[in-house]
Amino acid sequence: MNKRTIGAAAFLTVVSMFFIFSMIMIHPFGVPDERAMDQYIIDETVAETGANNGVTAVVFDYRGFDTLGEATVLFTAVAGVILVFRRLKQ
Amino acid sequence: MKEMSTIVKTIANISFPFILIYGLYVIAHGHLTPGGGFQGGAVVASGLVLILVAYNAEWVSQRIKESHLSIFESIGALCFILIAFLGIWFGGAFFTNFLVGTESLFGGIPINGAADINTGGTLPLMNFAVGLKVIAGLFAIVYIMAHFISKKEEKAA
Repeated sequence: MNKRTIGAAAFLTVVSMFFIFSMIMIHPFGVPDERAMDQYIIDETVAETGANNGVTAVVFDYRGFDTLGEATVLFTAVAGVILVFRRLKQ
Repeated sequence: MKEMSTIVKTIANISFPFILIYGLYVIAHGHLTPGGGFQGGAVVASGLVLILVAYNAEWVSQRIKESHLSIFESIGALCFILIAFLGIWFGGAFFTNFLVGTESLFGGIPINGAADINTGGTLPLMNFAVGLKVIAGLFAIVYIMAHFISKKEEKAA
């Protein structure tokens, strides 16, 4: 057992303890601490947005800014690819 | 980039319309069923990429120009932002769903959760805008890279 093996074992122990304790202490699935926002969206989506699909209502209506950023990322990626390969084409 | 065998081309020809219809269905029903503009756009773009791979880039470039794809993508992005800004004009805030509850197209509200295509306010319009943008954007990336490879092979030959 050289120094390197002992160091690796200690590191592995610490990291695995971290993961094991975080798995034990994680809060149960499906029971969020703050459910006021979730309950509001579940109750009011159909009346406010007229959409049966709650996810689309959140993505395009309640969290529209997020989708705008997502669309901007795609637009920038396409613009970058076209810019680079148009230069190399000639 | 050579074109592929007759088997691949035939199968691509047969399955392309079905992929197209399924993708457009996912976009159009974004406010009713799982999916939406991004997902349906990715489906349609993958169908177009299937045609691009089965035939070669030259064959596709004789029919679709890269500048047209850029224009379509820009139109999609501008429509999306325009609908968001119309929310300020009619509803008072950015991204307000100003069509819900009116008599216009997509203005209805589902009664007892029954699925109806004519609901959702601005959500279907935004789905169409994002769908157009994703179709043109994703296909433009693959298309211009394939075109670049075929030009490079031409030079090497």
